[in-house]
Formats: sequence, C-alpha cells, structure tokens
Amino acid sequence: MRIKLEKRPEPSTLMAFATPIASVLLTMAIGVVVFDALGIKGEKAVIDIFLTPLLSSYKWQDVAVKAAPLIIIALGLSIGNRAQVWNIGAEGQYVIGALAAAGVGIAAGGAGGGLIITLMILAGILGGTFWAMFPAFLKTRLNVNEILTSLMLTYVALQVLGYLVGGPWKDPNGRNFPATAPLQPDQTLPILFPGTTVHLGVAIAVVLPFVFWLIMSRSVFGFQIRVVGSAPDAARHGGFDAKQTIWLSLLIGGGMAGLAGALEFAGSLKAINLGFPSGYGFTAIIVSFLGRLNPIGCLIAGIVLAVTYVGGQVAQTTVHIPNSTAGIFQAMMLFFILASDILIRYRVRFVGSPKAAPIPAAGE
Amino acid sequence: MGTEATPRLELKSITKRFPGVLANDQVSFSVQPGEIHALLGENGAGKSTLVKMIYGIMQPDGGEIRWNGERIVVANPKAARKLGIGMVFQHFSLFEAMTVLENIALGMDAKIPARELEARIKEVMTQYGLKLEPHRIVSTLSVGERQRIEIVRALLLNPKLLIMDEPTSVLTPQEVEQLFIVLRQLASEGCSILYISHKLHEIKALCHTATILRGGKLVDTCNPSVETSRSMAEKMIGGNLKTIEKAEGRTVGREKLIVNRLNMPARSHFGVSLKDITFTVREGEIFGIAGVAGNGQNALLLALSGETLTDDPGAITVDGAQLGRLTAKQRRLAGVSSVPEERNGHAAVPEFTLADNSVLTARDRLGMVKVGLIDHKAARTYAGEVISTFAVKALGPGSTAGSLSGGNLQKYIMGREIMQNPAVLVVSQPTWGVDAGAAAAIHQALVDLAAAGSAIVVISQDLDELLSLCDTLAVINEGRLSPSMKVADADIEEIGLLMGGVHGDPAATANLHPELAHAHQA
Repeated sequence: MRIKLEKRPEPSTLMAFATPIASVLLTMAIGVVVFDALGIKGEKAVIDIFLTPLLSSYKWQDVAVKAAPLIIIALGLSIGNRAQVWNIGAEGQYVIGALAAAGVGIAAGGAGGGLIITLMILAGILGGTFWAMFPAFLKTRLNVNEILTSLMLTYVALQVLGYLVGGPWKDPNGRNFPATAPLQPDQTLPILFPGTTVHLGVAIAVVLPFVFWLIMSRSVFGFQIRVVGSAPDAARHGGFDAKQTIWLSLLIGGGMAGLAGALEFAGSLKAINLGFPSGYGFTAIIVSFLGRLNPIGCLIAGIVLAVTYVGGQVAQTTVHIPNSTAGIFQAMMLFFILASDILIRYRVRFVGSPKAAPIPAAGE
Repeated sequence: MGTEATPRLELKSITKRFPGVLANDQVSFSVQPGEIHALLGENGAGKSTLVKMIYGIMQPDGGEIRWNGERIVVANPKAARKLGIGMVFQHFSLFEAMTVLENIALGMDAKIPARELEARIKEVMTQYGLKLEPHRIVSTLSVGERQRIEIVRALLLNPKLLIMDEPTSVLTPQEVEQLFIVLRQLASEGCSILYISHKLHEIKALCHTATILRGGKLVDTCNPSVETSRSMAEKMIGGNLKTIEKAEGRTVGREKLIVNRLNMPARSHFGVSLKDITFTVREGEIFGIAGVAGNGQNALLLALSGETLTDDPGAITVDGAQLGRLTAKQRRLAGVSSVPEERNGHAAVPEFTLADNSVLTARDRLGMVKVGLIDHKAARTYAGEVISTFAVKALGPGSTAGSLSGGNLQKYIMGREIMQNPAVLVVSQPTWGVDAGAAAAIHQALVDLAAAGSAIVVISQDLDELLSLCDTLAVINEGRLSPSMKVADADIEEIGLLMGGVHGDPAATANLHPELAHAHQA
C-alpha cells in the first residue's frame, strides 16, 4: 500500500469548507490526548476551552469583545495574504493605531462626544496606515522583504508605546504608573447593550466582513488582488500594477489593524499601558488563514479564536492550566489548516504496490 | 540465438491508465536493430507516456515489454540505461552555470575520472562529428549545442536503443540536418532509434517505419516513404485536414504598427536583451518572427504588450500614436492585444473561471467595469460568445481555465483577444502544444482577423507554421531582428542561417531588403 497525492481537475469547494472545521476538531482531539498524557483531565480542558464560552451566555460578551479586533485585523491581512504580500506586523500597526487615537483623546483635553470619537477612530486608521507605509516603501523601492520589516517595526512600535506612556503621555494622577490617563466617559465608544461590555467596535466587526466581501467579489480592486495572488504574470499581462498592489494591500492591512487598536482602546481598555499589546495582531494571522482569506470566513474564524481566548481563562480556574495553553491550541489550529490546504487541490489515494511479477527486474 | 529476426524492442498490448483517461490502450509494435522508428501523434495521443514506460519512468498497467526477445520489467531509468536504452528529452536537464564536461559527469551513473571522461567524450564526438567544447559554460551555448550535450551523454553509454523526444522543435534547419546525419550513422551501426515527432516531412526524410497513435490507441504502423505527409496527418488527427483559406490576391494597407529601434535590457542574468528591433506591420498583414527559442522572443512580446516599458516613447507606434511609455492597460485601450506563450498563469489564471479570465484582458475595451465594480453578467455573456464562436470545448463560462485542455484553452484565449477586434494583435507560439484541429481553427481566425484589417505579429519557433501563415517574415537571434523578407520569396536556407546567428554577414543577407514592396503575391 502506498499513499499517493493526485491532482484534482478542479479545486474542491467541499474541502475548502471542510478543512477549517476538521482543523478545529483535530485540534480538540489532539488536545484531549496530549493533556491526558500530561495527567490533566484532557476532556474537561478541551470542553472548557472550546465549548464553555459558547454554552454559558455570560461569556458571550467576552467572546464578542475579543472577536472584534481579531476579525477587523484579519480582514485587512487577508487582502495582503491573498496578494502574497505578507504583513506580519499587524501587532505594531495595532499599537500605533491605538496610540494615535489616544493622542487625539489627550489633545482634546476633557472634550468628548461623537466628533471626538470619530476623530479618534480616523486617527487610529491613519496611524496603522502610517506604520505600514515603511514596509511598503522599502518593498517597492528597495525590494526589502516585507515579512522582516513589518515584524521588526512591531518592536519599534512597542518602544514608541513604552516611551509615550512612560514619558510625555503618562497619567499625572497615576502614581507614576506607566499608563495614559483613562478616557472620559463621553470619549469612549457607545455600549450597544446596556449592562454589557459590547461596544460599537463589535458592530463594526460584524458589518465590515460584508463590506469586504462585496469589495473582493465585485470590485476591480478585489479582482486585482485575486489575480496577483493566483498568477502574478497574468496580473501583469492584465495590466495590473504590481507595486500598486503591494502598496494597497499593506496600507489596508495597516489601516485595519490601526482601526482595531483604536476601537479596543476607546471601547474596552480606555487607557493604554505597557500591557496593551495582547497579541491580537499575531493571532489575526491565524484567523485570516482559518477563515480561508474569505471575509465571511474571517468573521467565523475570529469568533472561534476569541472562544479559545475566553476558554483559556475558564480552563485556568477549572483545570488549573496556564492561560497560555490557549496559545498552543491556536498554534495547532494554524498548523492543521496550513497542512490540510493541500487537500483542496489534491486528493489522497491509496494504491496497491505494483504487482510482484515473477520476472527479474532489469538492472539486477 | 539469431538476433536478426528478434526485434530489439517489442511492446505487446501496453496499457496505461490515469485517473479519467486511458493514456495507452493495448499498444503493440516492435523496433528492429538499426531501425529508425517514428512515434507519431498529436499532443495527448500518448507518445510521451509510452516512452516513459520504455525508459522506466512509469510502469505499464498491462501488457509486456520485450528486449531482444526477453520479457523485462524496466524498474527505473537507471535500469533502462543499464540495458542500453538512452533517452534525449525535449526539455534538457542541464545546469546553466556549469561546463559541458561537468554536466555530463553529473549525469553519469558510474563515477569516471574527469580526464578519462573527457577522452571518451572527445572520442564520441569525433566518431559522430558532434562539435562541442567540453570546457564551455552551458549558459553560453545555443540550444542546438545543448542538445548535443544530451546526445553525447546518451551515446557514452553505447545505447542499443536511443529515444529522441521531439528533438528538432528547437533547432534551425541546418542543425536538424546535422542531427539527422548523426542519427543515420547510429542506425547504420545497429542502434535502434525511437523518434518522437509530429513533423511529418522530417519523419518522411528520416524514418524507416512510423507508428501512429491517436487518443492512446495505435492507429497504424506504416512506411513513411510511401505515405504522403497529408495521409499521415489525417491518420494522426483522424479526419480530413482543413487547409487555411487565404483570400487570393488580398492586399495589405497602410503602415499600422511601427517598431523603431526598440531596446530593452535583459530582465535577468540569463535573459536576453533586445537590440535595435525594427520592423513595420501594415493593415491586413501577418508578420512572422522566426527564431530558435530563447533568443528574445519573450522579451519582445513583453515589450510590445506593455508588460515591460521602454524609455523611448517613439520606439513603438500604432497609427502614429506613441506607445513606448504606455502601460499594458493603456496599450490595450489603444488597440494592441497580445497572447503570451505561456497559457497557464500568464495568458490566463488557471483557477479562475473563463468569465473571470475574460475580465482579465477585456474589461476596459468591452466596458465590463462600471464605477470600479465588475459587471459579471457582461463577462459571462462575453465568455459565452467566445466559447461558441471559437468552438471551445468547455461546460460554460463558469468552468475554470485550468479544467480545459491545452488546445481548448488556447482557442479560448485567442478568441478572447480576437473578438475584441484589436487593431494590432501580437501572439507568441499560438499553436504550441495544441492539436492539429485546434491549430487549424486558430490559424484561420488569425487570417480572418488580418482580412478585417488588423496588423498581426506571430512569434513562433515553428517555421512551417510561419511559412504557411505569414505574409512577411523576420528572424530573431540573440535579441536582434533580421531585415524583413516576403514569405513568397523566402529561402529556407537563408532563414536557417539567420536563425543560427549570422547577423551582419553581408553574404548571408545579401538578398534581404528591409523595405519590401507589399504588392500582392502572384
């Protein structure tokens, strides 16, 4: 028996849908086995991480608030990933976006209201876009690998954050703690359902996937991104400018990350301290691939990843495993989804070994 | 044992199945010692699969292979070489940055000291009159010379059977003649040769026997010297061959596309730069560019289509408008369409539907875009029209381009450009890897487009194609284009010399004139 990969005549739609689901299920199954082997109740841990957040309604708001930034960042990254422009620096763009929004808040003094909030959001988008300009410029002008520059700029962004919250923007009433002053109540995003933490950013995260879906499927820009990603030579032949594609996909990725940062700041945290960067920018890469680079897929995958974040906290108290366990599950999901990608274009066949004929093989 | 009566190679009922296709269906034939045996068939007829099984790259699902009368299993190419089967592939496997000697040494199964190997190579070369300098770097060699490396590599093993896969597709007529001399000498010494080709006149000139395959089945084994090219072609395609209908006495109009001293630096280290390319194509004229592969054809197509831009806006003009600095999109709007050589991934996106592939190049000229949004309905309608007009075998506009056979996809791509009524159409290798039926349809469409007043440039390695299709011809060699010549007056010998690179030799190009009267052909 041999296992053989055979090219499918057409990419399988079934597999495009089935593999992300299978990846999540496989992650859960492996989780049970591994935790059992480690002497922890594996079944309980997996149920707490993947199901409890969904089954207990009081956890839903946590899931929604955590899913929002993941979805928004992943939408932007999906455009770049599709065009084979690899922006690994969404975390930095997210931080700069939040800082830009905070800057507007600080500049406004105590003033609040719709205008200030809108300006904060716009500043967030511009901040993230600005941070993505550097890799775009270096890539198009000097052909510097965007994976390296965007990732390195993330660490630069963290230094900027540290400098601002520990220096010029430090809260004067904060007992010398490195953090900005909390936003005034009328500077924060409106809450959608009174009594919960579900803010306007969640609504934006629900609407945006449909906007992106429309752009990707109907517009010439979406077409351009798809062609560049599938066949760069054909894109050139079709008259699409490769440098323009790199610029746009990086700037959109940065803009979305910046937007997510501003919303997280103005909607959830209300102040920026050194703990503000929570890895959403990196987790969103997983969301993007788990969602098959499809905007609606990102919406669903964002929720799944948010569940693991919330579930990780649940498992911490119930089966006493570290919160970072959720990270292991997230990494496993990315591993499985990337590994199973091949099933969309290939199918696995089991073939018998060639007939053992009683003839001496030549060359013996 | 009497070897005279025993065939060197005998295939009995060889069958090979791939998912969805029967590549070889009960194929039987035999090759005698010293026989040059042609394997003839269209693309996809199963020739390559058959020889891959003989050379041990694949195993047959049924049937048997006999070698000197004994039933054998050829486990792998190494085993085949040990038996005395050599093969020269269509696509060479050579390292560009290494010398001839190093390349040959790398391909040997046994490890032989360099000096001994060099002596043996020289011996083989003098024996067969193959000219090759063992210490030259491969990247500096012509395609013909590269093929000689592969032949020497095969001959070093003293083969009893030599398989040649489409050996002449990249050679000049003179190189073909040299190759035939070598093959005839080999055959006279008792080596059998299995010669795969679809060039009928070559088979008539060279081969003793021809086995014709169609759709995986053996159609006929015949004697090419008594068959006509036409009768063999009809057996090969299984029907009557259509000839191109060219309107008699058609005239060409005023100058349309003028390329004047077009220069373009090489895109990569091993690429070819274009040097002072100059030619003129008139309304209704089909202008052919002949040449051996890798002499700047791709660079020329990219420069004309606008995928690479020149610094001189006036290097390319259409109806007087300067296009040199315009992008691919702008040139399309100005009426210049193009079809690059590579279908998958350049002319079309394999995973996209045919409708989406029509958006790729037709969106601006046919108004498929309104305020930044694609009119998918218009794209589907247009794709449907192309499919029906050009008889493309596809389920519909929703089929992916990658699901079509090479010939059908090529018909679709040609149709997509032609139905936009371009003022100028530049095509590269329009019938490369396309079956004879589709090739005839594509040729007819080009002739019809020219008759409607477009200027057409056909870049092809297939000299026969150019001679039958074009009004005017020039030869590209190392990025330089020869003066144009009228096909009616063209001399194959001269074209061959130009393809081999005798530029600037006044003796060779004495009777070629850059400015030719376009009076109609008698």
